[in-house]
Amino acid sequence: MAEWFVAKASDLPDGDRRIVTAGRHEIGVFRAGDAYYAYSNTCLHSGGPACEGLLINRVVDVIAPDRTYQGQTFADDLHFVCPWHGYEYDLKTGECVGDRKLKLRKYEVVQRGEDIYVIA
Amino acid sequence: MDMPRSEVRKLRFDEYSATKHLEHATRQAHARNYQDFLIVDVDSHHYENESYKEVFSYIDNPVIRRAAIESTKRGGRSSMMNSQVGYQDLGGRITRHELRKYEKVPSDVHRDIAMTKTWMDAMGVDYTCLFPTPMLFLGLHPQIEIEVAMAQGYNRWLCERILAAEPRLVSMLYLPFNDPEAAYRTVKEFGERKGVVGFMVTSPRYKPVHDNAYVKTYALLEEMGKPISFHAAYNWNDQSLQMTNRFISVHALGFMWFNMVHMTNWVINGLPERFPKLKVMWIESGLTWAYSLMQRLDHSYMMRTSDCPSLKRRPSEYMREMYYSTQPMEVPEDPSILEATFKMINAETQLCWSSDYPHWDFDLPSVIYDLPFLSEKAKRNILGGNAGRLLGLDPTPVKKLP
Repeated sequence: MAEWFVAKASDLPDGDRRIVTAGRHEIGVFRAGDAYYAYSNTCLHSGGPACEGLLINRVVDVIAPDRTYQGQTFADDLHFVCPWHGYEYDLKTGECVGDRKLKLRKYEVVQRGEDIYVIA
Repeated sequence: MDMPRSEVRKLRFDEYSATKHLEHATRQAHARNYQDFLIVDVDSHHYENESYKEVFSYIDNPVIRRAAIESTKRGGRSSMMNSQVGYQDLGGRITRHELRKYEKVPSDVHRDIAMTKTWMDAMGVDYTCLFPTPMLFLGLHPQIEIEVAMAQGYNRWLCERILAAEPRLVSMLYLPFNDPEAAYRTVKEFGERKGVVGFMVTSPRYKPVHDNAYVKTYALLEEMGKPISFHAAYNWNDQSLQMTNRFISVHALGFMWFNMVHMTNWVINGLPERFPKLKVMWIESGLTWAYSLMQRLDHSYMMRTSDCPSLKRRPSEYMREMYYSTQPMEVPEDPSILEATFKMINAETQLCWSSDYPHWDFDLPSVIYDLPFLSEKAKRNILGGNAGRLLGLDPTPVKKLP
């Protein structure tokens, strides 16, 4: 395992990301608020660049207390979407939201002063 | 020696390269040695609407040609053409649909050719059978003469501007099926053109395939040795499909529905007996529909042979002699289910891989290559050998992997 430089913290604002090739690992490193998340950039579906697509909030059906459907809206939690076919992953866990048994490999991110590193 | 790399990339959403977009597909191609054998994609697409000005100029009828060309002046949309509701790009989640406009191509090659060859090489494809996109719904146009004029103009444009210029691109040309005489004329006029490997009926339409009006077209195709294919799509205005409220629903059902109707009519009316050498291919319905329909028709047939007296065998036996494209290939968690489907349709000789690229649910060659129950020979047949033989293509690989 080694630490691979990702970016200066000031160069990676909220909502931004980097794709890091760390030896034989290709990793997407995301910043969301003050947190960093890093996952394998290989989609569990057909191997697409899972971390290189849209960041978008989870869509939810609005069901009223009487169980009637009231439309759709966005929830607070954020997904990233594989741009090849639309497989969505939970940004905080790397779980595939269509089947949460499936998870992208997660990598640890560390900050040393201003520098952000991913461990792979 | 394969040295470990170290690189950090920023993502940009104001530029696009299919080579970059498909970099992981290229890695798969190298890892699986696709350069060593033929890969034929029997169903891919271009966006002919991006070339409407050129296409419309090929329409013979002067009145329709003028109206069509005039219609392109209004903000890029064409009021001559029908369309369908359908947010295929998943609300922007499939990024290539929006970003492909940024792809840079050489100025001395038609943009469609350059863009198509770029993704073909990135995936490891030698030949592709190119189909239109909005025209998949043209069989639902309320004016039959527009379907005829557009088919004629598009087919001539495709032959002269695309197929004549690039031997790796072939096509099964659009048949204006709502006018049987025009369909016959289309086969007569274009059947021997360079790159024309068959003819295609867009499935969403309301003309039964067993109508006597089509018999002479089937006979001509059989005589020429060119396949007829039925390319699936949906019609959200269909009375039954109107009940669905999400694209996932109309797509899942619609892309099977019309081909199930046409297949049922094709078999039950004995067309395989009347045209035993006519090659028939079913495109973009996946595979589960055929697995299901074979069993369903066989079951009823044994009790109701008097409904289909032309048949000398069970319906599934005729269906097993037809050809099927793979995409969108359903991949169940239990591979034995898929293995049974392959067995049912005699996949080793009848199944042809297809990508449907660049549409939202495209498949890569690895969807076949990575199946655990196929032999290397079966994989190569499905990925290219079967289609190469069916369409008369040179089996020598010509792809150039990046």
